[in-house]
Amino acid sequence: MGGSGIETKDPILRVSQLSKSFGGIKAADSVSFDLKSEELLGIIGPNGSGKTTLVNLITGFVKPDRGQVIYKGKEITAWPPYRIVTLGIARTFQMVKPFYQLPAYKNLIIPLCSPRVKTLAGGKYGERDAVALDLLEEVGFERDSYVSYKVASSLPQGYLKRLELAKAMALRPDLLILDELFSGLSLAEVASIVPIIEKLRFQGKTMIMIEHRLKELFRIADRVMVLNYGRKIAEGLAEEVMESDEVKKAYLGSEV
Amino acid sequence: MLVGSLVYGFVNSAILALVAMGFNITFGISGVANFAYGAVYIFAGFFTWILLNTLGLPYVLCVIGSVLAAGVLGIVMYYVVILRVKGLALSEVMATFGLGLAIMELFRYFDFVGFRYTLPIFFDGSLSIGEVFIDYQRIIIALIAVGLTGFLYLFTHYTKIGLAFRAIAQDERTALTFGIESDRIGAISMAFGSALAAIAAIVILPLGTIAVEGGYEVLINALAVCIVGGLGSTVGILVASVVIGYAQTFTANYLEPHWMILVSLIAIAVILTIKPSGLFGKQKELEERV
Amino acid sequence: MERRKERIDRGIKARSEDIFALSSYREMLYLLVPRAIPVVGLLCVSPLLSPYWREIFISTAVYALLAISWDLLISAGLVSLGQSLFYGIGSYVAGSLNHYFGLSPLFTIPIATVLGGAICTVVLLPVLRLRGIYFAMVTLVLPLMFLRLVEATRILGGTEGLTGLTPFPNSWVSLYLIEVALLVALFGFRRLMGSDWGLIIKGINDNDRSVMSAGLNIHWYKTQVVFLAASVGCFTGAFGTHLDMFAGMPGFALDYSIMPIAAAVVGGAGSFAGPLLGAFILVPLSEILRSLGALRIVFYGMFLVIFVVGLPEGLFHFVERKYHQFERWVEVE
Repeated sequence: MGGSGIETKDPILRVSQLSKSFGGIKAADSVSFDLKSEELLGIIGPNGSGKTTLVNLITGFVKPDRGQVIYKGKEITAWPPYRIVTLGIARTFQMVKPFYQLPAYKNLIIPLCSPRVKTLAGGKYGERDAVALDLLEEVGFERDSYVSYKVASSLPQGYLKRLELAKAMALRPDLLILDELFSGLSLAEVASIVPIIEKLRFQGKTMIMIEHRLKELFRIADRVMVLNYGRKIAEGLAEEVMESDEVKKAYLGSEV
Repeated sequence: MLVGSLVYGFVNSAILALVAMGFNITFGISGVANFAYGAVYIFAGFFTWILLNTLGLPYVLCVIGSVLAAGVLGIVMYYVVILRVKGLALSEVMATFGLGLAIMELFRYFDFVGFRYTLPIFFDGSLSIGEVFIDYQRIIIALIAVGLTGFLYLFTHYTKIGLAFRAIAQDERTALTFGIESDRIGAISMAFGSALAAIAAIVILPLGTIAVEGGYEVLINALAVCIVGGLGSTVGILVASVVIGYAQTFTANYLEPHWMILVSLIAIAVILTIKPSGLFGKQKELEERV
Repeated sequence: MERRKERIDRGIKARSEDIFALSSYREMLYLLVPRAIPVVGLLCVSPLLSPYWREIFISTAVYALLAISWDLLISAGLVSLGQSLFYGIGSYVAGSLNHYFGLSPLFTIPIATVLGGAICTVVLLPVLRLRGIYFAMVTLVLPLMFLRLVEATRILGGTEGLTGLTPFPNSWVSLYLIEVALLVALFGFRRLMGSDWGLIIKGINDNDRSVMSAGLNIHWYKTQVVFLAASVGCFTGAFGTHLDMFAGMPGFALDYSIMPIAAAVVGGAGSFAGPLLGAFILVPLSEILRSLGALRIVFYGMFLVIFVVGLPEGLFHFVERKYHQFERWVEVE
């Protein structure tokens, strides 16, 4: 008899048998997994294995052929993206989607206008500009420089990735899905973003990260899931998963 | 009555398909906005008339000349107007729209109005199917429509240039990496579409007079067929032409001719409510454009 | 030594930003004068015109409103090739209310504005979910079809239309009504697009999936945009009905479709003041050339093409740029 131990709570996200075909190609093939609250799940797999499709299916950008997505007990399969965001799921895009014509901080005004933020902040969200600038500072836009005021089309990739993260954070999500956040960044830039991710985890957020940069991902992920040709081929702790023959075959080819 | 409706319905469908095909090849399949389509159609008609009546050339030469002239007009429009706003689809639409209007109204201004503007029928006479008489011209229209459809399908699926048309619409950058010069292909596509407009004009206009209103008719019909059938889908164009063509003919024969326009309107309304991208439309709804 | 052109904001522009504008009369004038020009021009100059030119003025104002309506749509990425749809429907709704129900302009115009706007929005609703090109196609086709529909089925007065409708009490009412409407639309839309709502609309135009992932329902916002633009368009139709005491097929004429686009492109799309400027250039110009008849549409068409290709930013943006910035040569290191 002792402390409470670890209670088995219901998973915050349950995906079951999610499938989607484009023409003859199975982008997602009966993918199922559970995500526990406050966990960081890494999703890896070779190119074209359906990682982004899975995110699109979960977040409502693509309608699945079959399967279910259940979030906090609610079924959200095939819901439109804006409703899913209102429930508390936010995502970033692999190919960043900033509003190129607008200054960096104005990019954040748009998510700050969403119903989710309005509900959470109880009506008027203070001064939106100030909140936007604070958010940018959190992701590493230097406060003293004018970088936050520069128009997005003039920013380099490192800043655009951070902006993308800030846009998702602005929505105050409970579940944050990051699609290849580290791609295109130098080691130093990745090293400067990892603390931001850790701070988000400390705040209690559940996260899914799709990554190709395995070393950096394995340092922070709790569990890892491997996809290949749309199917889940492994799930578990990073070291265990990388020992699996099938995973090795997927990444390196059959001549292992 | 029934046989007549079936036969004339087929011809009507053929006319619609013929008219929509040229528009579809440039806009639907190659992604090059061509809202001056109606203008090219009318241009071909008047140009043929001018060659025939003012220059007195033999008909065959006039036909060839017109089709070539239309193709050239398409290429000129492409390089002078479209290329300069390439990539900004909305600007392409506006520019070609303005151009088309200007050309059509120019004909009206120069007084190309009246009953003397007609094109000769290919062969006089008619033949009978059952109790129905159908003139050779309409038969020719139907045959050409069917033939062109088959040709276009094979062309866009099996020839290098045809596949290139589809490539530049799907992903221009990738097409470029394959060595497909999207500018050149776009121009060829415009020439193609314009030539098709000319062929349609030469074959269909003999049934009536060449009038500027015809240009607007053509644009409306082409758009209606493409909206209902699905932009970019040759099969969709065909099905939509058949559906609308027959619906129009049956309405004209069993109800009143002036309800015909209602058919197109209802078809569009129904499609927009049920499947906005068209019967065989490949345009996914916004969310799915990943 | 290589040189390049550099554009820098003028000093007075920087000084007149925010609260500093109140620091001196010069700064205040810098801000006020551009805004005062349309107000003064419309309200004060117009009564001084001769009756003939007053008519042209009113006609120009009507086209300017349609152009401003078009501009709102383009800000959301929607190209309307059929502003005449709005004019025609507004015209017929007002005309029907007047003809069949005997309502006076005091009622028909507001009702036609809102009801007509609603009708047009509902009709265009399905296309909003698709790419912008479909919006262009459908707006092009619909007015042309309605035209033929009325002609063929002879409803709503058929080819003759609804005649003998109630006119305005006097010409001053019509003049000032359209002017006030124009100014309200101009400044109202500019204010709207400067607000956070406008930012969302611009975001939708820039990258709609990014807005979707930001938790906003883009279809709802697009619907709002269409409703606003359609209502303004229907207002012009309702106004025109009582001005001409007639509602009929010419309400769906091509003029009302092509002219607003030409005005907006020439004047400068996206600024609302640009379309106004464009209208006030093109319409009087075409009136002067009126002896050329059908050439009017050719005229609009060619202007549209030339400006889309040659000066896409339009005159207003060009002038605005000169007003706010100056250029100079600098050395390139």
